[in-house]
Amino acid sequence: MNKDMSYSGVMSRRNEIMKKAVGIDYQRFEDTGIAFDYEKMMRETGYSLEEMKKIQGATGVGNTPLLELKNLTNLARKLAGKGKGARIFIKDEAANPSGSFKARRAANAVYHAKKNGYKGVIAATSGNYGAAVASQAAIHGLKCIIVQECYDSKGKGQPEIIEKARKCEAYGAEVVQLTVGPELFYTFLTLLEETGYFNASLYTPFGIAGVETLGYELCMQMREKEGRDPDVVVCTNAGGGNLTGTARGIIKAGADNTLIVGASVNLKGLHMASDEQFNKKSFTTGHTGFGMPFATWPDRSDVPRSAARPLRYMDRYVTVNQGEVFYMTEALAQLEGLERGPAGNTSLAAAFSLAQELDEDKIIIAQETEYTGAGKHIQPQLSFARENGIEIKFGDPREEIPGENIILPEHPRLIKAIDLDLDKIRRSYIKNCLQINNIKELSSNDLQFLAVETKTDLEFVKRVVEELKS
Amino acid sequence: MKAKKGDWVNVYNIVLKPEERAPQVPDDTKKVPLETWVKGFIQHDAEIGDNVEIVTMTGRKVTGKLVEVNPSYTHSFGNTVPEVFKIGLQLREILFGGEDHE
Repeated sequence: MNKDMSYSGVMSRRNEIMKKAVGIDYQRFEDTGIAFDYEKMMRETGYSLEEMKKIQGATGVGNTPLLELKNLTNLARKLAGKGKGARIFIKDEAANPSGSFKARRAANAVYHAKKNGYKGVIAATSGNYGAAVASQAAIHGLKCIIVQECYDSKGKGQPEIIEKARKCEAYGAEVVQLTVGPELFYTFLTLLEETGYFNASLYTPFGIAGVETLGYELCMQMREKEGRDPDVVVCTNAGGGNLTGTARGIIKAGADNTLIVGASVNLKGLHMASDEQFNKKSFTTGHTGFGMPFATWPDRSDVPRSAARPLRYMDRYVTVNQGEVFYMTEALAQLEGLERGPAGNTSLAAAFSLAQELDEDKIIIAQETEYTGAGKHIQPQLSFARENGIEIKFGDPREEIPGENIILPEHPRLIKAIDLDLDKIRRSYIKNCLQINNIKELSSNDLQFLAVETKTDLEFVKRVVEELKS
Repeated sequence: MKAKKGDWVNVYNIVLKPEERAPQVPDDTKKVPLETWVKGFIQHDAEIGDNVEIVTMTGRKVTGKLVEVNPSYTHSFGNTVPEVFKIGLQLREILFGGEDHE
């Protein structure tokens, strides 16, 4: 029988293809109305923390160093008011086998695929996750396909993504590269159907639970070093998995008073599916172009229910500008002797600013770094921007306009993490939830679900729902 | 340029023509096709532009237009952006220079 391979034909088989490729019956966790049982999903389909530590440890993933950034702390103190300037630490996730924290996500997903008899794994990603899956597939002897959005219609590729493709190929993966567009998902589905491989989605419980070890580990390391928990942990936020997993790990470690801050690169005004704007951005991940849509509607991902639900855990959400992150990337190299990839330093740029709000005896952690190399480095990324007509200059980062210029702060005191209105984001999520589910009346179960989903209370949810009605 | 059977090559396909693109895609993206490239070992002699068959790293057979023989990595550290070096100088001056360091 010939299957309908047209766009609409393949998309209509989406649920059936996904069920085979992920092996989770998501229907089991659905309640009536809009709610679903998130914790049950995480419990019954994921792995326990102990299991994950074992799975990851077996492939050299995790146990990355927690480094104190003394020079950056001193710099922050010079700029901060008297008595201010928390100690800044960084979790050097670049030390993982594939060079980023994504190894934690991939370790679990690929282990699960192997255990369940899949011959190979597929992931749709232009980020570090590709190399992470490819590396784990190499260890487990599975085949691996990575599907990347890489080029604009002129065939010009983002150097950062081209480097990530090279790294995947270095681990023996097949890399399928595409031009800009969300229909990448169509190609992804056809490949899943053709090969019968496991969908090593970024958003399954396996992937997200894999990051819990990061949050858990950093608490344990901090207790060992300083005998206490960190006051603030800053997580770079894009699809929400990094923040969700880290926060869950911190909670599992019992660090109840640690504040969780999300940080994204501000790419306001750039459309992520635009062919013309694709190469106008200088960050391909960790930015608001993913951070905002995934926070306000996590179930837009490639699985029916995303395990990455950042609003459940976020206490603050800040943005930093491209120029500020590049500046901090250089600062990390020049003051701390750590040359790391720019995108991973999003949380560091935010932490540097937030440290100045906190007292000297407080501790703030930027929870990741990523590897660097040709294409994926401050020099080629800025050089690529300049070639694409982006003006690069020193000045006030507040004047940066994504897609037009990159403003490197003319003084480090100008680096400022800017708070997003989290209540507004929570309102958008609730609005999306009502619209997409086409529901007007909410049960008490639904209201309770929304309160947990948004880390608020029934009163907040009821007020927002009333406002949306009028 | 010619490819010999067994050469490592890059092949090209159009996945969706402009008129087939998804409704939610922005207008500028709707004007262009969705294109794809994949690499593998070519199964027969051919010339650039020919429709060819390759076997990829996972063993998949893929047909497509031959666009590159022996595709290579050419990404680099780009043209130096000298502003970057000024950042280090400034930071060291603030942190270690001046009165505080004397």
